[in-house]
Amino acid sequence: MSDYYVNYAAVAVLGAVILLFGLGTFAGWALLRPKRWNKEKNAIYECGIDAVGEQWKQPNVRYYIFAFLFVVFDVEALFLFPWAITYQKLGVYAVVEMVVFIAILFFGLAYAWGRKVLDWA
Amino acid sequence: MALPTIAFWILAAFTAVSTLFTVLTRNVVHSALGLAASLIGAAALFILFGAQFVGLAQILIYVGAVVILFMFGIMLTGTAVRPVVDNDQRPAAALVALAVFLVLAAGIVSSFGTKKVRFQVAFPTVQLGHQLFTTWVLPFEAVSILLLAALVGAIVLARRD
Repeated sequence: MSDYYVNYAAVAVLGAVILLFGLGTFAGWALLRPKRWNKEKNAIYECGIDAVGEQWKQPNVRYYIFAFLFVVFDVEALFLFPWAITYQKLGVYAVVEMVVFIAILFFGLAYAWGRKVLDWA
Repeated sequence: MALPTIAFWILAAFTAVSTLFTVLTRNVVHSALGLAASLIGAAALFILFGAQFVGLAQILIYVGAVVILFMFGIMLTGTAVRPVVDNDQRPAAALVALAVFLVLAAGIVSSFGTKKVRFQVAFPTVQLGHQLFTTWVLPFEAVSILLLAALVGAIVLARRD
């Protein structure tokens, strides 16, 4: 068994611990709590003013542009990962490559900024 | 059974169950969450078979960004308020699903057959990074141009004026 699998086994153990912790907490609550529901208790805000209006209001479509910007920079972040584990071996050359890569994408951010996509007003 | 084989069956079952949940639930928000879970399972399978970079891409791009885009779509269209989705095209959907299954199954059987797949890292990420930043550096920089084009295109399409 190589180091690779031993390292990921730690991730798997952590995942199992998280899952068991979450499920165990819910199971513990379900066993311990008194079950006396009523309408007042099931309300979204048990104390305070009752909610008014519909559940949903049309959010600003601009949120979607932010999500889109996020996707683009997420792909950029993905390429940072193989770069981060090799740049020491490749030296300045790799650093310049990544700077060029990020600089090109920075033009996109500058474009968005210039087009006032990032403004909320 | 060896440990990786046990891990494989657990992850495969998790992926299959969450995928089934994705298509069977009638609530779109639950469906998106099921999709995220099934993609995480697929990512874990990729990592199990030694394709670390593909697995990370799956988690970072698909779970982290594409499912988030779905969530934004659900939020912006207000589908979450009337989340029950169904229509009368079930037979057509079943037919398409069957056709996709047959094509994928035929592809997998013809390329692997009875060949045993080993749990090993055939192409380590360090090697991938090395190749990417030496041999394939021009396509790599072209990717950033492509991303730039996608970004500008999205802004042009989404702006109100």
